[in-house]
Amino acid sequence: MWRDVLFWVCAVLAVATGVAVFRVDSMARATFALLASFIFAAGTVLLLDLPYLGVLVILMMIMEMVVMAVFMIMYMMNPAGLMPMTMVHNQKGSLAIAVGTFVLLASGVLLTPWPTSSAPRPEDPTMQLGEALMGSKMLVMIVLGLALFATMVCTVVLATHRGRYDRYGDRLERERPRDPIRGGLGR
Amino acid sequence: MVEETAWWGGLLLPLVLVAFALAAASLDSVLASKAAGAPLDFARPLRATAGLLVQQRRGTLAADFTLWRAGGVVLLVAAVLASAATPLGDWVVGDLSVGVVWFNAMEVVAWAAVWLVGWGANSAFGLVAGYRFVAQGLAYELPHMFALITAALGAGSLRVGDIVAAQDEVWFVVWMPIAFVVYLVSVPAMAFSRPFDQATGADAAGGVLAELSGVDRLVFVAGRWLLLTSGAAMAVPLFLGGGNGPLLPGWLWSVIKTAAVLALLVWAGRRFPTIRVDRFQEIAWMVLIPTMLLQALFVSVVVVWR
Repeated sequence: MWRDVLFWVCAVLAVATGVAVFRVDSMARATFALLASFIFAAGTVLLLDLPYLGVLVILMMIMEMVVMAVFMIMYMMNPAGLMPMTMVHNQKGSLAIAVGTFVLLASGVLLTPWPTSSAPRPEDPTMQLGEALMGSKMLVMIVLGLALFATMVCTVVLATHRGRYDRYGDRLERERPRDPIRGGLGR
Repeated sequence: MVEETAWWGGLLLPLVLVAFALAAASLDSVLASKAAGAPLDFARPLRATAGLLVQQRRGTLAADFTLWRAGGVVLLVAAVLASAATPLGDWVVGDLSVGVVWFNAMEVVAWAAVWLVGWGANSAFGLVAGYRFVAQGLAYELPHMFALITAALGAGSLRVGDIVAAQDEVWFVVWMPIAFVVYLVSVPAMAFSRPFDQATGADAAGGVLAELSGVDRLVFVAGRWLLLTSGAAMAVPLFLGGGNGPLLPGWLWSVIKTAAVLALLVWAGRRFPTIRVDRFQEIAWMVLIPTMLLQALFVSVVVVWR
């Protein structure tokens, strides 16, 4: 009973804050409305007795959306919302895409013959998840981790303003780096 | 061993936290007055609270009041919820199976809260300070997260009760001292308290606090003290054996250890000057994270061989 109530509260609020993302006139409010929507969605995951995934969604989404706020405000016109702005562009096209995606996913939910199982629920879903990721899928995860890490290193190398050659000289010959601001390690 | 309290345990939790936070703020005030050569001032937090309660709230031109106030409220709520999985002796409000992750998730709310308060006031100083904190976020969070993970690794469980039970014989601080030190460094950082208080730094006219007044300021500052308290309280079950100890009952040991950790953090906050952001960024990435990884490796090897 109370699970049903909680589910509907989370579901309605997730959709409502999701709608708010496109109704508010400030980029900061849009960012945090989206964060609220993600957190309510995490509430429904918690109701599935998946505490690790649910709490992880909350943790990662807060970190991600705060970082996202920096970029959303940096790149958007009229970030502060001091003048009226709209979050909606290319209205007909986006409406068609949104309705099409919704119909596709909803019909998938309704038409798929979902498997039913009489097997008991696992004692500890977190452990099951860990074994699934670290057991048979270990090779995939290692490759994935390596690819992600390489991507991050490349992005940082491309984005960095001053690399080690700027700091230590073309032949890395300087004992101490030449930095515009003093301080830090070994200086 | 650790048992969930009845529903009213959830009502007592904020009161216990507020008592610890008030004591910490009082100690902070005493240390400050001692350093200034003034008479020791125990009651300044209470006077400040009363003053803020009756103070008229100021607004600024074109402030985003919704986000501004939301920042303070979520900080306060998250700071209390962060302790929901922290046991006091044998009692815990919610014995979550992923208590360590829950604690970290609630701490990270501070990122959003500080940025929101900085943004909402529509003031340059607040905005600069809010961005300052977000820019430091990963340098604070990553060593902190590795310290939390290392303790969980030692016990083989994310449940705080299991981590306490794993320290029946040897406290984790004995065989993972680096994780404990890094944890102690990163707790005030996550709670943007001294010496990591650049977000409210005097060099930016008080930073995110610059335009906060009245109840709004009280809520935000109280949230910060409560978050520091929650962080100090979590150090006890993670590294200091929870309620384990001779003679005295478990809850009293928890109180004594929490008070000691909190006092150490407050003292360090007054002892060391605010650390410069660019300097700490480098220390975090070049020193803290690599040493933390080595510590985690050591703990993993011990766990596998044992």
